[in-house]
Amino acid sequence: MVRFCLRRLLTLIPVTLGVTFLLFSLLYMTPGDPALLVLGPEATEDALREFRREHGLDQPFLVRYGRFVYNAVVHQDVGRSYITHRTVASEIADAFPVTLTLSIGAIFFATLMGMIFGIICAVKQYSIFDNVAMVFAMLGIATPVFYLGILLILLFSVHLHWLPSSGFDTPAQRILPWIALSSVSLSIITRMTRSSMLEVIRSDYIRTARAKGQKETVIIVKHALRNALIPIITIIGIQFGHLLGGSILAESVFSIPGVGRLAVDAIKSRDYPVVQGAVIYLALAYVLINLLVDILYTWIDPRLRTRYR
Amino acid sequence: MIFPRKNSNLYLTLLRLKRNRLAVFGLAVLVMLLLTAIFAPRIAPYHYATQNLADAFEAPSGKHYLGTDDFGRDIFSRIIYGARVSTQVGLFAVSLAMISGGLLGASAAYYGGRIDGIIMRCMDIFMSIPQILLAIAIAASLGPGLLNLTIAVGVAALPDFARVVRGSVLTISGQEYIEAARCMGASDAWIILRHILPNCSAPIIVQSTLRVGQAILATAALSFLGLGVQPPYPEWGGMLAASRGYVRDYAYMTIAPGLAIMITIMALNFLGDGLRDAMDPKLKR
Repeated sequence: MVRFCLRRLLTLIPVTLGVTFLLFSLLYMTPGDPALLVLGPEATEDALREFRREHGLDQPFLVRYGRFVYNAVVHQDVGRSYITHRTVASEIADAFPVTLTLSIGAIFFATLMGMIFGIICAVKQYSIFDNVAMVFAMLGIATPVFYLGILLILLFSVHLHWLPSSGFDTPAQRILPWIALSSVSLSIITRMTRSSMLEVIRSDYIRTARAKGQKETVIIVKHALRNALIPIITIIGIQFGHLLGGSILAESVFSIPGVGRLAVDAIKSRDYPVVQGAVIYLALAYVLINLLVDILYTWIDPRLRTRYR
Repeated sequence: MIFPRKNSNLYLTLLRLKRNRLAVFGLAVLVMLLLTAIFAPRIAPYHYATQNLADAFEAPSGKHYLGTDDFGRDIFSRIIYGARVSTQVGLFAVSLAMISGGLLGASAAYYGGRIDGIIMRCMDIFMSIPQILLAIAIAASLGPGLLNLTIAVGVAALPDFARVVRGSVLTISGQEYIEAARCMGASDAWIILRHILPNCSAPIIVQSTLRVGQAILATAALSFLGLGVQPPYPEWGGMLAASRGYVRDYAYMTIAPGLAIMITIMALNFLGDGLRDAMDPKLKR
């Protein structure tokens, strides 16, 4: 088990290198001179040249990439913002916890409500609750994060004045972004829980449990849910990854100072070091989540555990 | 219209699809959307860029079915023209992803060994960036415009296709009937064209249908962030972004383009789910 985890952790190194290389190539092709964008059109030719020299922009592509990797590995330094002049590390240190709170809160909400709804739907199949929940799930999957976000602001901030429409500092400010970001995942988790539970409920060992007079709640939670859990966890893992992507949009709608917003703003202002840092952090978080899901499988399913011994 | 032979696979699939009411509804909506996009200039009551500042911020009425925006442009007409962007980017981006991703996945599965390793590790790297973020980065590096938007959305979706195609080609080439065909002396080309491709077309078609929805969502998201189609050309996501500032007083400006996105995605999901059930009778009932 430990060896399996270590081996998976080691694959992070080539993936990180690959992601930085991909990103470097994309930024290298990006039109627009960062020197001109940062210093403005009135800057003299000397100042532009000095800026490019200072930030190594006059160097060939591979030298720039090599230097970036060297600095990152040896000095743990991923550069400095062209615009705010703060280190990229401190920019991300400010923004990353925000994004993490946003997406963890959203996946927690989606998982909790999704599994509860899914179980009720499966136990009471074709009931009114089941039908209504499935209609909402269909709507939820088709609604873009940014649209739902604006609608929530319209209803709860503009008309009802219950909740603030932007920011992420107080608990009240967090409710709308969490709901907006989690709606797609909530719908998918509900559907997955429902279909997975329905499959298990029909199996023989559930009938056996009923036949021996086991209590219904114990049957549902202990016998059915535990066996239905694997596909649900897979989908939660995938959804957590999607949430990280979706958080970029939620952050934009609710003016939340997270990594996604940082990345988008930096892309627009050609602040390359910040783009690199932000995207690499998001990619790393994404890969780590996938790794965690893999480990969780083996923990939940003893059949898989023996395979990796 | 195609009239497939009775008892052919296609005929049976269409028959099963016809019984699924939601899928038929989805297909009908999509056909309507496509017709709207093609005949936009004939259907739209106004041109998408016609400004009439005297009529700005008009609520929905008989003259302007969905009202007018901050420049006095007819929102109904802009949504009709917006269907062009969504359908074009959706279809072409997914075709791009399907063809290039499919070729990569198929060659990875077919050649195996080192080539498989190299291709799939590259795909892993693409997949370790959240898709929307990858699309944002590509869109930014290519610059704005419809073609660049298509490439960005398509490339971001490419690794998924490579994986799906590789997976199904691998499963099918291990099946006994492939071995049987080989024993009977069938050539590689015959096996691939006659046996492998037809049998892995179902997951690819289902994946593509669902993917078009994702592509349309990504297009809207990119335009919403200001990295997609540039104004004044209407795009649903861009219209949403532009209306944000007026949501307090003129909510109809926001609601209409969002509904357009939702209906399109829902129709594609209905059709995709219906196709999945129709193409694989073993699955579900």
